[in-house]
Amino acid sequence: MKATPQKEQTRARPARSRGSISRWLGLGIGLLVIILFFSVASEDWFTIVNYTLIAAIAALGLNVLSGYTGQVSLGISFFMAIGAYTAALLGGPQPTGPLDPQGFALPFFVWLPAAGIVAALVGALVGPTTLRLKGFYLGIVTLALVFIGQYIFMNLRPVTGGPQGRTFPVPAIGAASIDQQNSFFGFALTSGQQYFLLVLLVLVLSSLFVSNVMRSRAGRAFRAVRDHEVGASIMGVNIFRAKMKAFILSSFLAGVSGALFASLIRYVTPNYWDLTLAIQFVAAIIVGGIASVWGSILGAAFVFGLPQVIDYFSLLPSSTNSGGLNSGNLNALIYGALIIVFLLFEPSGVLGLVQRGQRLIHKMRNQQREGGEVAEITDLSDAEAQFHLESAAHAKDENG
Amino acid sequence: MAYFIQLVFAGIAQGCIYALIGLGFSIIFKASEVINFAQGELLLVGAYIVSSGVFEWHLPFLAALLLGLVVTVLIGLLFERFVLRRMIGRPVFSILMITIGLDIILRTIVIIRWGSNPIPAASPFDVTSGINAGGIHFGANDIWTIAITVVICAALFYFFRYTRYGLAMRATALDQEAALAVGINIRTVYALAWGIAAAIATLGGVFLAIDSFAIDPTFGATALLAFPAIILGGIDSVSGAVVGGIIIGVVQVVTAGYESHVASVLGAGIHQITPYLIMILVLLIRPYGLFGTRKVERI
Repeated sequence: MKATPQKEQTRARPARSRGSISRWLGLGIGLLVIILFFSVASEDWFTIVNYTLIAAIAALGLNVLSGYTGQVSLGISFFMAIGAYTAALLGGPQPTGPLDPQGFALPFFVWLPAAGIVAALVGALVGPTTLRLKGFYLGIVTLALVFIGQYIFMNLRPVTGGPQGRTFPVPAIGAASIDQQNSFFGFALTSGQQYFLLVLLVLVLSSLFVSNVMRSRAGRAFRAVRDHEVGASIMGVNIFRAKMKAFILSSFLAGVSGALFASLIRYVTPNYWDLTLAIQFVAAIIVGGIASVWGSILGAAFVFGLPQVIDYFSLLPSSTNSGGLNSGNLNALIYGALIIVFLLFEPSGVLGLVQRGQRLIHKMRNQQREGGEVAEITDLSDAEAQFHLESAAHAKDENG
Repeated sequence: MAYFIQLVFAGIAQGCIYALIGLGFSIIFKASEVINFAQGELLLVGAYIVSSGVFEWHLPFLAALLLGLVVTVLIGLLFERFVLRRMIGRPVFSILMITIGLDIILRTIVIIRWGSNPIPAASPFDVTSGINAGGIHFGANDIWTIAITVVICAALFYFFRYTRYGLAMRATALDQEAALAVGINIRTVYALAWGIAAAIATLGGVFLAIDSFAIDPTFGATALLAFPAIILGGIDSVSGAVVGGIIIGVVQVVTAGYESHVASVLGAGIHQITPYLIMILVLLIRPYGLFGTRKVERI
């Protein structure tokens, strides 16, 4: 994944106009697929896709921290929980009995941004202590955050409902709550369709934001910190500030995603925000593609969407406690194997596979046109091997 | 007072289990700079095989234990040979995740084979066996846990200090290239580290299972508590893992014993997070642990 800049330099690019035409074509086809899906899909499919898109938002957040900035985090579920409980506290119904969890019944356009902002604030609070640590230590401290979080959520009954859990608010536009069928401007939309539009909007906005940040000074600083901390600081990057920015942005996205997650599921106990959830997100960015916006989305599709699809078609008997191969177990096996296979053979994830395919097509096309002259430039295996040697040598230097 | 001593004793035994699991982590880390997240599931597999050996296949306890050790050591060796060896030189993050991949697969296989309901743990001891002294019950399993930990620590100390391969492992940990240059076979060293770590972790797992009477597929999560232990002791320090484990174990059991008195202030379950709280505190003061080597960065 670190080798991408080198790859781009050596790759033979098509002429710019052709590039932009194919880009518009891609966008057009994408829109068409979305519209087609939107008009024909059943409500079950909307649930699966909405769940995946919400996961993609948090995966994107984790990618900002782990993929672009290189800081290991096993604690994203903690920040999702903070977002979700902020949403529940601000947007939940006012308590009717003394045992009901608190709620201020504020409108949706207050609680959704607030979920992100509060998570970001908590990130800013926790960041200075955790970000002093590196690599594995950082991973373990973020893991500790998940457990400490669960303890707090279990005991903070007025907000979280304690071990029994609580209900979460549903986004409402004016008087129209989107868990019911509503009509806007003469179109009747089901609950799934409304959620889909909302979640897609949030995902597109966050994707655009992240990809723009990564092209800015801050984004380049993130990558510099990831690739070589000492080198980055010599170039004048304030390492601590870069890490803090990445941590805060990542917590913000996780918070928003957590609020949407909880609102889609409607009822969540504190156990939901556990280490397994956090690890699923790490798996998602590895399987999808590290340090890439599309990678986060593809990864969420593989790790969060695929199991639901396998469940939906129920090829195998549903889960029981007695053992044997069932769909839940099959999913877990696939998920574990995907992590190992991708890390071993394609560290840039599904996105790397896609890019490999594109390169192959380019190569074949160029060979046809120019009689195979370009082929030698596109052979990257040596450059990549060289790079791994170099990075191994760097790692050695840092430890020595 | 007797209650307190009872708690401390139970805590030391619990800490020895963390120490055994933690030793596995730090031996692998020392040799190859890999954090093995699958340690918990290795001990899960070990505990299930020992239990099946005793209750399903009617083996004597020691034979079942040996079978469990052989299987987990094999898993460790195969994983090191066919997966981790290809990952040398890759970022920490990737290596950490690949062991999580193994962790998920092992746990799923256990669920497929044995189901997710708890099964009884095999134990060579009676629940009541042990020594009673001054109103305190020293359980036989706790005494054995402590004794075995002491024996293993002594054996490891001897191994690392006086044997050929122990020295080779320390040399590799110190400087891989220099070790290669003086003719140490690094592959053997890695394989040895994984074998020893898997075996020690399985022993820890079997004692943990005896302690908790029953095992279920979430049992491996306890190994996560060995992380605070090794970080407390310093991740590259073998004796640190033991001291760290015992501190974590004692504090955890003592808080668990007294937390009902302060439930109105602290709520339920504080003992589950005390290991992490101690770890964070230590990391803030000494980021390299109590006995770890201070890392010097040269520019």
